[in-house]
Amino acid sequence: MLNKESIRTITVAFVICLVCSVIVSFVAVALKPEQIANKLLDRNKNILQAAGLYQDGMSANEVNDVFAKFEAKIVDLKKGTFLTDEELAAANINVDAFDQYAAAKDPSISESLKGNDPAGIGRLPNYAKVYLKKDNGKIELMVLPINGYGLWSMLYGFVVLKSDLNTIAGLGFYAHAETPGLGGEVDNPKWKALWPGKFAYKDGKEISVAKGKATQPNQVDGLSGATLTTKGVDNLVQFWLGDRGFKPLLTKLKGGA
Amino acid sequence: MSDGKIKTVVTEPIFGQNPIALQVLGICSALAVTTSLSTALVMCVALTVVTAFSNFFISLIRNFIPSSIRIIVQMTIIASLVIVVDQILQAYAYDVSKSLSVFVGLIITNCIVMGRAEAYAMGNPPIPSFFDGIGNGLGYSAVLIFVAIIRELFGAGTLFGIPVLTTIENGGWYQANGLLLLPPSSFFIIGGFIWLLRSFKTDQQEAPEFKMAPNSKHLEAH
Repeated sequence: MLNKESIRTITVAFVICLVCSVIVSFVAVALKPEQIANKLLDRNKNILQAAGLYQDGMSANEVNDVFAKFEAKIVDLKKGTFLTDEELAAANINVDAFDQYAAAKDPSISESLKGNDPAGIGRLPNYAKVYLKKDNGKIELMVLPINGYGLWSMLYGFVVLKSDLNTIAGLGFYAHAETPGLGGEVDNPKWKALWPGKFAYKDGKEISVAKGKATQPNQVDGLSGATLTTKGVDNLVQFWLGDRGFKPLLTKLKGGA
Repeated sequence: MSDGKIKTVVTEPIFGQNPIALQVLGICSALAVTTSLSTALVMCVALTVVTAFSNFFISLIRNFIPSSIRIIVQMTIIASLVIVVDQILQAYAYDVSKSLSVFVGLIITNCIVMGRAEAYAMGNPPIPSFFDGIGNGLGYSAVLIFVAIIRELFGAGTLFGIPVLTTIENGGWYQANGLLLLPPSSFFIIGGFIWLLRSFKTDQQEAPEFKMAPNSKHLEAH
């Protein structure tokens, strides 16, 4: 039989849990729309930054206005084609909600890269989400998602190609945890400025990142003091521009143009 | 209760009873979020708000809390407040909340919050408890801001992200000290802060826990 003291203890515990959970859920639900808007805005901003269309101090509306000219497309990486509406319906994909990095964790729509995984991403999704900026039906800019392992962390970013699908318009990482001041310099505007104007492919080879100063024509300087981050960026850029990444798509699009 | 008491409750923890420097609590977040001044400031505000309100609410119900479950009741209240703060940051200060990442959530385990709840709020009325929370939050903030200024200025050459010392990478003259951006550096800086503080407030100096034995004398080895 419970004594008076135990009943009191249980009552107090119950009431406190109830009150706290009501407050927490109320706040979480009430602020959800703002948080989702923030996440979207953040992603849009990252894409614009990589494409070099972002200016400091742009307001949320301005970012969304510029971003409205971009269109999201889902790519079948193996076939190298954009998914048509029917294929999207068949694969049960909602373009806006599709998250390629979540898809990479789903065994039914991704494959393990064990044994041959230069970028260190573990699993490769079957589909990837790219963003196109079109001008009169022609691709003006193409934003490709890239990710891979550096020294400490997975780097997530975008590489942006110009209308010829070969000239690089920009590159940027929006999430990583590399050493501040060394590998963290991937965020340095001066280093990022080395990318625009280079070619994704030249003489059949993907662009690479040198250790130290660039020695070949189609190469970007590495980051000094950050050999492993540099190596990681080199691997991930080559991987995503390579045969298992976006190369089939780019080849097809160029062939058809 | 008199205004004078509130004033001591608020100001005393800043230098006299600083939670980090004297009680050496809450060190872990002081290491993690002090690489830049703006994240440190947000962390200070978040922690001060949480400590103040958790003290307030815990003090409000202190006579109803059965002592057998008091710690978990304190935790529940603190955790709820932290989640609320985290949600608000995600909604209204997304960039900062991204750079603070898990450390907002880790306010729950910050010893200062729990320590003040147990040491002060359980035995004092709500209003002084609230101000005790503010005071301790400010004490924590003083150390964090001190550490963050040094780390950001000498580690990255900026303050609030605005370049002050132009680094060599950006074509200037200043060779940034990368060590300052790594967690161990804040140990040195906090150590320096405590040294400085105790040099001025000598009553905070602790008696040595043991005495060094005098060197043994070599009488015959000459």
